[in-house]
Amino acid sequence: MKLITAIIRETQLDKVREALIAAEITRITVSRVSGHGQQRVEEIHRGQRVVPDLIPKIKIEIAVNDAFVDITIFTILKSARTSELEGNLGDGKIFITPLEECIRIRTGERGGSAI
Amino acid sequence: MIFYHICRAKLYFLNSKQVFSMYVSGKRAFVLIIVLFALSSSAFASGGKATVDTGATAWMLTSTALVLLMVPGLAMFYGGLVRSKNVMGTIMHSYVAMGIISVLWVIAGYGLCFGKSILGGWCGWNPDYFFLKGIDNNILDAGVPEYVFSMFQSKFAIITPALIAGAFAERVSFKAYCIFIAIWSLLVYDPLCHWVWASDGFIYNLGAKGAIDFAGGTVVHISAGVSGLVAALYLGSRRGHPFQVIRPNNLVITMLGAGLLWVGWFGFNAGSSISSGLGTAQALAATQVAAATGSITWVIIEGLHQGKATALGFASGILAGLVAVTPAAGVVQPYGAMCLGMAASGICYLAIMTKNKLGYDDSLDAFGIHGVGGIAGAILLTFFIRHSWMTEASALSPGWNLWKQLGIQAAAVGIAIAYSAMVTLALVYAVDKIFGFKSSETDEMAGLDRSYHGERAYGMLNPS
Repeated sequence: MKLITAIIRETQLDKVREALIAAEITRITVSRVSGHGQQRVEEIHRGQRVVPDLIPKIKIEIAVNDAFVDITIFTILKSARTSELEGNLGDGKIFITPLEECIRIRTGERGGSAI
Repeated sequence: MIFYHICRAKLYFLNSKQVFSMYVSGKRAFVLIIVLFALSSSAFASGGKATVDTGATAWMLTSTALVLLMVPGLAMFYGGLVRSKNVMGTIMHSYVAMGIISVLWVIAGYGLCFGKSILGGWCGWNPDYFFLKGIDNNILDAGVPEYVFSMFQSKFAIITPALIAGAFAERVSFKAYCIFIAIWSLLVYDPLCHWVWASDGFIYNLGAKGAIDFAGGTVVHISAGVSGLVAALYLGSRRGHPFQVIRPNNLVITMLGAGLLWVGWFGFNAGSSISSGLGTAQALAATQVAAATGSITWVIIEGLHQGKATALGFASGILAGLVAVTPAAGVVQPYGAMCLGMAASGICYLAIMTKNKLGYDDSLDAFGIHGVGGIAGAILLTFFIRHSWMTEASALSPGWNLWKQLGIQAAAVGIAIAYSAMVTLALVYAVDKIFGFKSSETDEMAGLDRSYHGERAYGMLNPS
């Protein structure tokens, strides 16, 4: 079991969700986060240009069985890029961490079948 | 502009602070020249014969402010119903109408609506109304300064295009929207307003005592609702509609908006008597009764149908009742207003159910509530006209009865639907081809706030 954590652009959330659902990966958790990366954005406040130090992003967390890791990564890569070929600074990152245990609260079952 | 360029030429020799003050003074001089130019030709303004009725004027001033309050109310109402990435864009659709339409109204709108008929009665015109320059000293026979009447009427012109925005919320370009409402106001609202409310408008003079549209059932609600439907059908659905669930981001501001609309509607309806007297009181009572009946009817229907009474349903019922009583407020008694409120909620509820079945994307139900509610109100009011009105009508035209009036009402409704649908279709087509009305997929996914305004409404709330 792995925990896949993807940090993506806010604007790509719809596309990523649609792609994941199309790939039959429907159990996801989404939250708003903010952070620093290589990306630099300018905003305008009353005619003045400002560069906010924390950029809003979306974090998606998906717990998957090992067989689904590659398809999940592939799907996110394809849908979170803002241009088809090489993508742009700020498109985000994917982290994969080993998942020790997964327990379904309703039944108490553990392991791969609980995912 | 010359002043501006002179200032710019000197820029190189001045520090930034001086530059700024030069720039400002240049602008001031420029504005002053325009004002002087406008004033110079208004010296012949006609002197007032009537005297000011302070009571009526005080109420009309209040009404003017109340109707303006409906525009932020509408902004809140619509703003709460969209997703959090579209809040500022949706609110701006209402606010920008306050800017654009007010300016257009002063330049030409008032003349097109309330001048003498020209072009075979298609619209009005009066050179005195150009920049309102000839009404400086005018007092209407009702005892109200013409400025107050003009500003009161301008609020109706503002809110009508803002209502349309609900039909195509979350998916139009801001620039194209601004151009659309400016032209729509001149080509659809102003002529319709002239036909229905100007003393020489042809709908105003249909039948014995004219088609009844007290405060804008045909002019405001039917025209906005039908135009919204046409635009929504032409532009197509939002991305993901109807499969992706699109939830309101903040029902609290929606409820606040519904409340402001209810309060503002007293100016809208009771102010439309252009007096402060018995007619005002009759309209005020009808307005309150219809809104209240509409709201509880909707909640009861929803409770029976879905099992829960939603706050949004209550707010929708308020609007349905208010929309239906708008054309009727001057001619119905509280019992009639109650029936109208009840009927409007039922019919609008059915209309929205039907919309969901058909699957077209009238995002915030501009047609479902304003179009359908307006049509229902303008037709059904015939059955609740107070006796004294009918007596007056049959005195003017012997043998006048309910069924003849029903024919007139239906004709007015039909004309409003046909005219606004046709012109809006042509206009949406033109704006879409020239400026690109519908947002690109990227802009729509990013949200109107980010794509067109570079802002976000909230700090860190729920995604989508």
